[in-house]
Amino acid sequence: MHLTEIVAGQVTTVHLCGRCAAERGIATDAEAAATPLGSFLAAMSPTAAMPPLPSAEAATCPACGASLADIRSSGRLGCATCWSTFERPLRDLVRRLHGGTRHVGEAYEDPAGVGDLEALRARHERTRLRDALRDAVAEEDFERAAELRDRLRAMEGDG
Amino acid sequence: MTLERMPWLEEVGPEADLVVSTRIRLARNVADRPFWGRNTAVDREGICRLVETAAAEVPELAGATWHRLDGLPRLTRLWLHERQVTSRELAGLDPSGRVRSGAAVLVAGGRAIMVNEEDHLRIQALVPGFATTAAYGQAERLDGELGHRISFAFHPEFGYLSACPTNVGTGLRASVLIHLPALVLTREIGKVLQGLAQVGLTHRGLWGEGSEVRGNLFQLSNQTTLGKSEAELLDHLGRLVTEVIGHERRARDVLRRDATVLVEDRVWRAWGLLRHARVLAFEETLNLLSGVRLGVGMGVLPPVPMTTLNRLLVAAQDAHVAREAETGLDDEALPAHRARLVQRLLDEEEPR
Ligand SMILES: [Zn+2]
Ligand SMILES: [Zn+2]
Repeated sequence: MHLTEIVAGQVTTVHLCGRCAAERGIATDAEAAATPLGSFLAAMSPTAAMPPLPSAEAATCPACGASLADIRSSGRLGCATCWSTFERPLRDLVRRLHGGTRHVGEAYEDPAGVGDLEALRARHERTRLRDALRDAVAEEDFERAAELRDRLRAMEGDG
Repeated sequence: MTLERMPWLEEVGPEADLVVSTRIRLARNVADRPFWGRNTAVDREGICRLVETAAAEVPELAGATWHRLDGLPRLTRLWLHERQVTSRELAGLDPSGRVRSGAAVLVAGGRAIMVNEEDHLRIQALVPGFATTAAYGQAERLDGELGHRISFAFHPEFGYLSACPTNVGTGLRASVLIHLPALVLTREIGKVLQGLAQVGLTHRGLWGEGSEVRGNLFQLSNQTTLGKSEAELLDHLGRLVTEVIGHERRARDVLRRDATVLVEDRVWRAWGLLRHARVLAFEETLNLLSGVRLGVGMGVLPPVPMTTLNRLLVAAQDAHVAREAETGLDDEALPAHRARLVQRLLDEEEPR
């Protein structure tokens, strides 16, 4: 049996990626789904009536390098730090999606403690190098392993 | 070859004649790793190691099975998807889809952790019947155990951070798989679903893309994940599902009163075909199972246990049939194997 989709009368819904739209029961193709986020974020740019965001257009996430344009085209954030970097435009988007912006569910206490952006980026890079080092050792690529070890040491030396 | 059983679907849950199962999903990401769209094969491998290491320390996951989807043949990936432990996307089952490196799922009974899906971790719990609190309890325990061992991305204002802004906050999606044949037969279903959409509930089918609904089975889920506590989200969904259950029961009363012969004819035909057809396509099987479920629920057909019907919903799917018959997905005899499998399971468990 096929059932055509139900159009939610007055309720307007912002779709993000095609997958999440589908998960929310809204039949749509990926393009149509990607557009609302794009146009929504575009409306958040300094040309809109909103107070200009401090160089939000030009800014990139210090941890993953994603720009607002990247997020706009993919419909997804690049990493946890993106949420802080683009906090203001995201807050408005989130309000439209969920009706609120404040998490009132279970609180989470990070077992390791969350560092500042620099520490986060360094930790991220160290983790990446450590993983690569483990792979190099497993593959017996000792030349590469030595190089990775040096880079890790240098980073850890930096603090 | 014996059919792998699913004990978690073989218990009788609350409202079992209408509600097949309740599923909870919690979206979690690791704090210092790039998300889905910006990570590399090395990052994803790292996430796998993190989850594997953390899970090994969790007593509840002692007997869990780790499936590296990126190293499995299509038949096995489809089989896992049919058991609802992995999404189509993670299992690389979309027509164009390839399996992403690092795609994995850890399975422990009705609980599963998808790794390297759109979020690094998707913690899931599936229970029979209508039991949002029980299902959430299972997912929450796993979330707690893993969250002690892995730093999850969490923001003081936005809550648990996700790759997609639709999942931020609690990361909670609760879904109830409900069978609503009488609402479909009486053509009341559109009105009911429209009402649900207006109060923030979505529906879709269990199988197929988008909102395609088959076998009169609807998946009802919460739409928002932020701004309400987990308990409020579950309570809201629960109250609406209870209302839908009431609508379906009333529609059955109407059928019983105004269309007795018609309904009896329909469900007995479904029963006859399911018991005696020699070739069964999956689509047809779903519709027959729907008729039989309605007939049993209304006391017209012999009382086949709902757990048997639940089991058939899973076991009659392509990969399950192919594995049971020790053949491939492209075997033209699959529908014939399906008919034999369905009838064998019904014979085994038919009430006297
Ligand atoms: Zn999404
Ligand atoms: Zn980022």
